[in-house]
Amino acid sequence: MASLHFTQNLARHTACPTAAIAAGTVAELLERYFESWPGVRDYVLDNQGEVRHHVKVLVDGRNLRDRCKLTDHLQPNSEVYVFQALSGG
Amino acid sequence: MTVAGNLLVGTRKGVFVVGRHGREWRIDRAELLGDPVTMVLGERDGTLHAAQDMGHFGVKLKRSRDGGATWEERPVPAFPPKPEDVVDLDPMRGTPIPWDTKRVWAFEGSQRDGELWCGTIPGGLFHSRDGGDSWQLVESLWKHPDRKFWVGGGADYPGIHSVLVDPRDPDVVRIGVSCGGLWMSRDGGASWNCYGQGLRADYAPPDQAYERRGQDAHRLAQCAAKPDHIWIQHHNGIFRSTDGGLTCTEIKNAQPSVFGFPVVVDPEDPLTAWFVPGRKDQWRYPVDGALVVSRTRDGGESFDVLRKGLPQQHAYDLVYRHGLDIDADGATLAFGSTTGNLFVSEDEGDSWQNVSHYLPPIYCLRFVN
Repeated sequence: MASLHFTQNLARHTACPTAAIAAGTVAELLERYFESWPGVRDYVLDNQGEVRHHVKVLVDGRNLRDRCKLTDHLQPNSEVYVFQALSGG
Repeated sequence: MTVAGNLLVGTRKGVFVVGRHGREWRIDRAELLGDPVTMVLGERDGTLHAAQDMGHFGVKLKRSRDGGATWEERPVPAFPPKPEDVVDLDPMRGTPIPWDTKRVWAFEGSQRDGELWCGTIPGGLFHSRDGGDSWQLVESLWKHPDRKFWVGGGADYPGIHSVLVDPRDPDVVRIGVSCGGLWMSRDGGASWNCYGQGLRADYAPPDQAYERRGQDAHRLAQCAAKPDHIWIQHHNGIFRSTDGGLTCTEIKNAQPSVFGFPVVVDPEDPLTAWFVPGRKDQWRYPVDGALVVSRTRDGGESFDVLRKGLPQQHAYDLVYRHGLDIDADGATLAFGSTTGNLFVSEDEGDSWQNVSHYLPPIYCLRFVN
């Protein structure tokens, strides 16, 4: 299962605990996470479902490539981190 | 006569509840600290709303039903998925207009319980009939073919900054767009027309100066007792309408300048209005570094320049379009500046008391009773 972690700066606004979820892509990972934590969606994605301009997503240490449709593939033990970018503050 | 109550002040670092204690106004609460609050509203029943712009994490709406002590997160107006075949470009820059709520820029109630209107950047108008528990995009306006004439001004994308709900009929709604002019619906938002004949843009070529759909009306204000009287602080001047916004007359003799962002009108007397002028658009600070409020009592024939209690040397405060308000009593006014100065007047602007010099930059304020 892939692990999904959020910056503590987001935890200030809404509960977003780390979770282990079976998913093939980042899109699937987030959708499954939002089923349990629906309040997190609008903090991470914009109205079009794309990653917010100033949110940074890392998949196994690399920046997410597809910030629009989140089609990046995951390994069974992938680590996904959602941070706020240093821009936009 | 009503007595002015609290002030709700939205700033770059949170929202402040300012209370009236006899003749003194003091900050009673500092809430939602750390995040920008771009719009505030107090409803008749005491419900408070605050719109946040979190930079990284987007726009959020918070609601308080206990005077600002606690706030709950509420749904944010959101744009529908953009169809792939739709081309939606800012006409000046040629860049795509995002179908994504970037800022809540207008927030108004109406005489109907639970009805709210929300204007955003980019220029979306949203409607709620359940006190903000859900929102519907006003598609008649979003899909209006003339929206393609709207352009961004100070912000990169056009936005709706003023929503005037007619006190005689809540289905009559007027909005102000920067830069997109003055629009009106007579059927609760089902259809819209652009009015404001006579508005003049000196930032456009002469043959386009009177193009209604490109006017940068910074702020609209409507007289509660005479709703056909509307004042407009425009990018390059002050205008007044006496026919509900169909036609506008330019007022050229305002002192010390005609440039500014906010305007408020007396709730009873449509001839009396207040402004906080700045030195022309290229500079955007008070003329000669002296912070003043200007007031007309005769429909713009003449202006009083009000200085008592305001800094008259080396003041570089700018007051944003939502940074000036008048209480329903018609005598109490307040304004807050980009420098974090907050002033209140209890005598129609003749004199001002400073509430704080040290607030974060002030985006908006409202009296809440």
